[in-house]
Amino acid sequence: MAAHQAAQTLAEKVWNAHVVRKGEGAGAARQPDLIYIDLHLVHEVTSPQAFEGLRLAGRPLRRPDLTIATEDHNTPTLDIDKPIADLTSRTQIETLRKNCAEFGVRLHSLGDKEQGIVHVVGPQLGLTQPGMTVVCGDSHTSTHGAFGALAFGIGTSEVEHVMATQSLSLKPFKTMSINVEGTLKPGVTAKDIILAVIAKIGTGGGQGYVLEYRGSAIRALSMDARMTICNMSIEAGARAGMIAPDVTTYEYLKGRPHAPQGADWDSAVAEWDTLATDEGANFDAEVFLDADTLEPFVTWGTNPGQGVSLSETVPAPEDFEDENARAACERALEYMDLKAGTPMKEIRVDTVFLGSCTNSRMEDLRAAAAIIEGREKDPEIRMIVVPGSARVRLEAEAEGLDKIFKDFGAEWRFAGCSMCLGMNPDQLAEGERCASTSNRNFEGRQGKGGRTHLVSPLVAAATAIRGTLSSPSDLDAPAASTKAA
Amino acid sequence: MEKITSHTGIGVPLRQSNVDTDQIIPAVYLKRITRTGFEDALFAGWRKDSSFILNQEPFSKGSVLVAGPDFGTGSSREHAVWALKDYGFKAVLSSRFADIFRGNSGKQGLVAAEVAQSDIELIWKEIENHPGTEVTVDLEARTVTCGSIIAPFAIDDYTRWRLMEGLDDIGLTLQHEEEVTAFEAQRPAFKPTTLPARYS
Repeated sequence: MAAHQAAQTLAEKVWNAHVVRKGEGAGAARQPDLIYIDLHLVHEVTSPQAFEGLRLAGRPLRRPDLTIATEDHNTPTLDIDKPIADLTSRTQIETLRKNCAEFGVRLHSLGDKEQGIVHVVGPQLGLTQPGMTVVCGDSHTSTHGAFGALAFGIGTSEVEHVMATQSLSLKPFKTMSINVEGTLKPGVTAKDIILAVIAKIGTGGGQGYVLEYRGSAIRALSMDARMTICNMSIEAGARAGMIAPDVTTYEYLKGRPHAPQGADWDSAVAEWDTLATDEGANFDAEVFLDADTLEPFVTWGTNPGQGVSLSETVPAPEDFEDENARAACERALEYMDLKAGTPMKEIRVDTVFLGSCTNSRMEDLRAAAAIIEGREKDPEIRMIVVPGSARVRLEAEAEGLDKIFKDFGAEWRFAGCSMCLGMNPDQLAEGERCASTSNRNFEGRQGKGGRTHLVSPLVAAATAIRGTLSSPSDLDAPAASTKAA
Repeated sequence: MEKITSHTGIGVPLRQSNVDTDQIIPAVYLKRITRTGFEDALFAGWRKDSSFILNQEPFSKGSVLVAGPDFGTGSSREHAVWALKDYGFKAVLSSRFADIFRGNSGKQGLVAAEVAQSDIELIWKEIENHPGTEVTVDLEARTVTCGSIIAPFAIDDYTRWRLMEGLDDIGLTLQHEEEVTAFEAQRPAFKPTTLPARYS
């Protein structure tokens, strides 16, 4: 211990590299550390009161050059060239535009080629890089941890704090290793891994921890898939989830607009190569998951931990030993209008939503398009496809994916948070049931009285074809005559 | 921020686990650009049901919310704390809080007191059997008192100190601004900036 540095985890390394000032004291009396923030992402919902706070205190925004804003939560995904119909939404968007102009913040507005969900925009611009600290007034900031960044959501007071000081007062997190070893079966995706993790450790299991996803099944994932996993860390109660950077990360980043260039690239990679958790480093907790036996995973209840394999049935309250879990099950079954014992595959849905910061990237769209191509949509199903960013939309159109979705009978929309949260025109009606690739199945999350089943893009696509929750393995082969070349 | 050392008010039993921030304040109320006036938004979905606890007297005048485990999960919206405060709540008791909610509470002067679930059950019984019973949350002593029940609660020292002193976080950090500047001078050159904007 004395002569050489103790073995550290990825999260500890990033933390330690950002300590501006170490908190005094020890144990419970330990004061927080002051942590430097490399990138602050801003959107219209959690920022107006923070900008107002700066104005009232006469404080400048310390580093506009480490700040970037997009419009996503309130924005419509249809008729984006027209004024936003909802007056309060329009006011919030206009407030962001005024604030960004006043404080010199780069903003990608509706209609701009770089506009989109904040967690899709940061990575695709190459602004999210390994070893960084990234924050945003949005809990799904955990997404950026896929690059080996320490990234987490903050409240509006903290947004103002970062604007004023480019730092945050934070107590060190505990670390939890999530080991996923093995090989995923065909039809099983990153979404199924994370839903299974949440069901295993519970919606509070990650509280106080940074999760590090490790193991052969994680290493094999693309960046889009890694972002899906880290995105939902918050659904397990963890503020952040991380994956050590590797060749996959570097290949994704190289050449992106804000990735390091020339000699800077080499210095950056040399630095990034040192980030992985050291051999022998200790985690405060460890969880193991077998990738080989994993199946498509879906939720039946009203929190993301209430999930089962698609081949299973809706559980009964008696299945739970814990009294609170039993009561939560009972309440969820009532809200979801489900009977215990019903096979998940017999649950009929009304709407399929493909989108959100969890699953709206190119790989998600490609995977769903590959399933629906040459097949017919269940005539009763409404399917909405919302690319995560304007750039994803353009790229998908260049590949002809929009045509596949439209031929299938799905709606091809403009980029935004859309139906993930009941904040813009895309909402479920009372009692409407949705298979959704988003991240939260809370009561009313997708619209008052709406019922949400969280699924992967593959399950979403198969469900749109069969009308009931399904996986691609439940489908017949596509009709040869309609199969596109 | 207002100093708070102890608060006494009517206890409201919320017998539910996983009360997420979408329940505390549905997204539709997040469109406002003000920091106050969210009292109507608190538990807006549930309050439409006349049997909901806040629709019953004397609980509608409560200021100490006694909730099940995993309170405040989900979204980072600080509006959840604003709505609780605007309604009149000064403290929330739960055996487990979501991290972001807990942090937001501390910044806004709402006491998030972590109380053992067995004590929560005792307090629930007391305030249900005797509606209107007051609960005292004492930050000095770190105890919750309700009738004959005296239970300890956990809260981290730094948050407790800030609540009791009513301190503004930004002001505290700006006392160390030189250290931030010194740190910035040593950041690696390859770290990205958003400006000037580069496009693909």
